[in-house]
Amino acid sequence: MGGDKMSDGNGFNVDALVEPDRVHRNCYADNEVFEREIRQIFHKAWIYVGHESQVPNTGDYATTVIGRQPVIMVRHQNRSIHVLYNRCPHRGAKLCANRAGNTGGNFTCSYHAWQFKLDGKVRHIPIQSGYDNTRFNLNDPNSHMKPVARMEVYRGFVFASLSPTGPSLVDWLGTAIAGIDDMCDRAPEGEVEVVPTCFRMIQKSNWKIFLENQLDAVHPSVTHGSTGLAAQKVEKEMLAETGNPPPLSYHYISAFAMEMDKWGALDVVGHPNGHCVLQGYMGLRPTDPDTLEYDAIMEKHYGPDRAKEILDVNIHHLLVYPCLSIQSPLQQLRAVRPISANETLTEIWHFRLKGAPEPIYRRALDYFYLVNSPSTMINADDLYNFRKCQEGLESEGGDWVSFHRNAGQDLVEDGVATSVIGFSEIPMRNQFEAWRNYMQAEGAL
Amino acid sequence: MSGAMSGGALPVAGVSLETQHRVEQFLYRQAEILDDRLWDEWLALFTADAHYWMPASPEQTEGDGQANIFWEDHYLMRTRIGRINHPMAWSQSPANRTGHVVSNVVVEAEDASSGDLVVRSKFYVAEYRMDEQRFFAGKYRHNLKNTPDGYRIELQRVDIVNVEGPFDYVLQYWI
Repeated sequence: MGGDKMSDGNGFNVDALVEPDRVHRNCYADNEVFEREIRQIFHKAWIYVGHESQVPNTGDYATTVIGRQPVIMVRHQNRSIHVLYNRCPHRGAKLCANRAGNTGGNFTCSYHAWQFKLDGKVRHIPIQSGYDNTRFNLNDPNSHMKPVARMEVYRGFVFASLSPTGPSLVDWLGTAIAGIDDMCDRAPEGEVEVVPTCFRMIQKSNWKIFLENQLDAVHPSVTHGSTGLAAQKVEKEMLAETGNPPPLSYHYISAFAMEMDKWGALDVVGHPNGHCVLQGYMGLRPTDPDTLEYDAIMEKHYGPDRAKEILDVNIHHLLVYPCLSIQSPLQQLRAVRPISANETLTEIWHFRLKGAPEPIYRRALDYFYLVNSPSTMINADDLYNFRKCQEGLESEGGDWVSFHRNAGQDLVEDGVATSVIGFSEIPMRNQFEAWRNYMQAEGAL
Repeated sequence: MSGAMSGGALPVAGVSLETQHRVEQFLYRQAEILDDRLWDEWLALFTADAHYWMPASPEQTEGDGQANIFWEDHYLMRTRIGRINHPMAWSQSPANRTGHVVSNVVVEAEDASSGDLVVRSKFYVAEYRMDEQRFFAGKYRHNLKNTPDGYRIELQRVDIVNVEGPFDYVLQYWI
């Protein structure tokens, strides 16, 4: 670590890194800070693993990482979902090298054919007599695939924690659970189903830079002005050339160039544990025939009052800190997988609303394409800025990152802090408050 | 389409040397246009109702309604060009530079009356940006209209070898 700036007698001094309105550059640039984040945050907090619709059938599995730990999410014969370390207890080989597949009724190691049931319990070991009169014991937990310490599913979203103790998933999500509810409630059947295309993008920047950007209402006009203005121009041309108004999807990108004042009118809300919500902007309640048909289906399923309540929920973007960026009204999700202090993988998914008509799915698909695909014009400029931030933060040209805007002005009620203006840097301050708690905590949270 | 004959697993049409020559020159020209970033000429390569399509999986058989890496009509291509040309397109400063090689050009079907073609080929692209070079390889499949002004692309399918990613930075425009 960079000298006494971050060191106390115990080797780590969070006060030297995080102040209420600014943080030290080493939060982003220091490898030892990053290693501590993996241990203290990603190996303890609830981390999103995947959605249960990724593994609909017995033996279906999907692999990912929790911090540095490779894991397998698998569907058992009894329909339950298990999250297991992707490691054979014999010689340590990974059991699944693919990102997804079907393993049949059990896992079989490609090295010596040890076999495991779908809950990870050992099923068969070849040449078993060789273990007679040895210390090896089939009842020893070391003979089985190791399950994660805790696993919970909320409305199909599978989370795991590598810490045996800590708050339940629902308690940990707290008031931010409204973002997951918003996505699911918008489905007439109350559930979403994953679309099995996962786009994976590598960002050459610290994972926190991505999360801090997501609810930053000042950046869109600046970062994405070129795309927003280009889309506005084409919207006009399309109307002039075809006589038809441009499809709603153009609004997804042209809106990035809306006047700065409108961004300021949004509300940014800081929830406990670092979760944040951006309210407004994409209420998406046009009155075209597709929307009206969908509204009618929603009313049929929920009744008019409940349907209105659901459709009036005004969440644009939810951060589940530290692992997810969710855009619930358009059913998008980006999972954050830190690789190193200066490199981050995002796994990007979108979902279908069960029971909703196809044109409503097309809205999610169009957004997935325009904003989240590998050819996105939007993230082209985000990733460029993230990389430049990282390179600047690795320099010694200054020690601090400023989060001063509207500091001290947040309206706090029951642990939930609301911004006085959409431009407030409340989401960054709120995330770092959680970061500080995780990083200084000893043992379990 | 008539004139198609078996070429093992994939069809091969027996076309004239002139047709083979014309279509190869067309594909080479498209590659040059991309490398030289001649955007008006790029748009002029496509029919009015064309799509440029890069599926998200080799098994995909439809572009419409599916998750794709690219699925663009004229208007979306114009939007992308508008962005690239905008002085605030930050990630175009510095701009990327590409070098395309197109080869293994096989006409797969030829319509005897119209001269429309289905053509497959292979490509290799080097891209340089911000001190880094990356590579894309894959195959093209062009559905070409034979017009009085030469061939025009109705549909271009692009299958890149590393379609599953992960993508180290985005594809700012077409490959």
